[in-house]
Amino acid sequence: MLGLERLFLRRGRLMVLGVPWFWLLLFFAVPFFILLRISVTDMGEQLNPFAPLIEVKAGHFSLHLKFSHYVSLILDPESGWGQTLYIEAYFLSVRYALLTTCLCLFFGYPFAYFLARSPSNVRPLLLLMVMLPFWTSFLLRVYAWKGLLADQGLINHLLLMVGLTDEPVQMLYNDISMLVGMTYVYLPFMVLPLYANLVKLDVRLLEAAQDLGATPWKSFWLITVPMSRAGIVAGSILVFIPCLGEFVIPSLLGGAENIMIGRVVWDEMFSSNNWPRASALSIVLILGVVIPLAWFNQRLAHKVAQEGR
Amino acid sequence: MQAYRWHRYFSRLWMGAVFLFFYLPLLFLVVFSFNSTRQDSEFTGFSLRWYQALGQDTRLVEGFLLSFNVALLSATLATILATMAAYALIRFGAFKGRSLFNAMLSSPLVMPEVIIGLSLLLLFVAMERGLGWPERGATTIVLGHALLGMAYATVVIQSRLKEMDRSIEEAALDLGCRPYQVFFLVTLPNISQALVAAWLLTFTLSFDDVVISEFLSGPGVTTLPQVIFSYARRGVNPSIYAAATLLMAVVSLAVVLYGVHTARQMRRENFRPLD
Repeated sequence: MLGLERLFLRRGRLMVLGVPWFWLLLFFAVPFFILLRISVTDMGEQLNPFAPLIEVKAGHFSLHLKFSHYVSLILDPESGWGQTLYIEAYFLSVRYALLTTCLCLFFGYPFAYFLARSPSNVRPLLLLMVMLPFWTSFLLRVYAWKGLLADQGLINHLLLMVGLTDEPVQMLYNDISMLVGMTYVYLPFMVLPLYANLVKLDVRLLEAAQDLGATPWKSFWLITVPMSRAGIVAGSILVFIPCLGEFVIPSLLGGAENIMIGRVVWDEMFSSNNWPRASALSIVLILGVVIPLAWFNQRLAHKVAQEGR
Repeated sequence: MQAYRWHRYFSRLWMGAVFLFFYLPLLFLVVFSFNSTRQDSEFTGFSLRWYQALGQDTRLVEGFLLSFNVALLSATLATILATMAAYALIRFGAFKGRSLFNAMLSSPLVMPEVIIGLSLLLLFVAMERGLGWPERGATTIVLGHALLGMAYATVVIQSRLKEMDRSIEEAALDLGCRPYQVFFLVTLPNISQALVAAWLLTFTLSFDDVVISEFLSGPGVTTLPQVIFSYARRGVNPSIYAAATLLMAVVSLAVVLYGVHTARQMRRENFRPLD
């Protein structure tokens, strides 16, 4: 009887663990290898979007590895090394992601700080108010900025009324609309981890600093900010990475010059039908940015956990 | 004391400005959904014409129904898978390949959606060629959303499982429960709130997603966000504002009802000793 019970237990364990394992292997690991495999082949002949990797010809196996798509990312046949659209797109994506992260930190840190210091009876309401816009379509919230930032839009109306400008400022389809849109969408992702971190800060440390003669300003920079480092990093990563691959905001609020890598991957895949190049672009993005950042984040979390002990 | 008063004014100003930033676009959507003309810079008069147009727009209505079904299925699938994964991570201790499992589980959280969409598309194309299944359409969107949702749902369920008192599970075992009985009669009811939260989170993720759907949908299959996206790229269409306003009304109503419900529950729990 006991043996049978144990068998059932082992079976149950196997199933509970096996189903998600299988799922993740099939839908996460396998696609990654397919991506890798397509990125090192040529475009296929006729209707095939990519060429076979291993070919059997007259009893011989031959392996076709082509790195031409990786080369074409950095080499343009006309203007030379490093002058490609892809490098520009990577550069611009990193630039927008960095600027957005800085803007989110600048507006989000004080906000999260005041939120964490607000009276505890209004705090749940304020938190709810931060999260409420989340539940309206992200697309629609971005889309609304199109109307707000237009030449005849509300913001330009206000600027003209106050007299800051004599004629409407061009704010749509350029850097301004891109940064406003991205900051708007990702600010809560910065605020929430920062809040979660700042609300745990031991207020006695600040009181001690005050007793020892530190000004509030000084204790803020010497205690609050260093203590909330983990929240700053977590928030920055939560903002930076999705920004990097952002696809919707450049499509709605960006102009022809505001190209980002997500858009380029999409165009290579569906407009030029160049599957190998779209795959190579994604692989570079994963290996170059996502994995290093994830690793950095994990190491920092580990370090913070050890310091906490 | 002077410094503190200054601090208070400054904090109110800063928070007010950020909240204004958060709510200005929503306000804009609501106001201009009642506009009488297509203009989105001047309010020319009150009318409900965009709400009437909304009901007649079959693409929007069909998109809404499809999105709703996709979100139901993918949220359910994601929550079941996430429960299993979270249970394995918390209760099974150190098993072979645990760190790889954990890494794969959480990486959709940090992966740009475009890459998830592209790699899944390539997988589904290869599967369709090799196995004849799945055809690109609602099925592939459900699978894609479930993959993304599972990552978020696991975080929620894992944290609840971690703080759950293990001794009640042990007590049930001592009293003669089979392990599967313990799971269904003791563990699941104890984490039910986290399951609901995870399900709601993955539902909204799926209902709101446009990037993965754009990659994985097939001919003739368009979710609501995809319809909105294609309208939005073409120019101003106040029907969308009307849709947004209705959505906001539903969400606000749900939040208020939930608030009333929890308040009542808290009151009832406080009164329990009396009855």
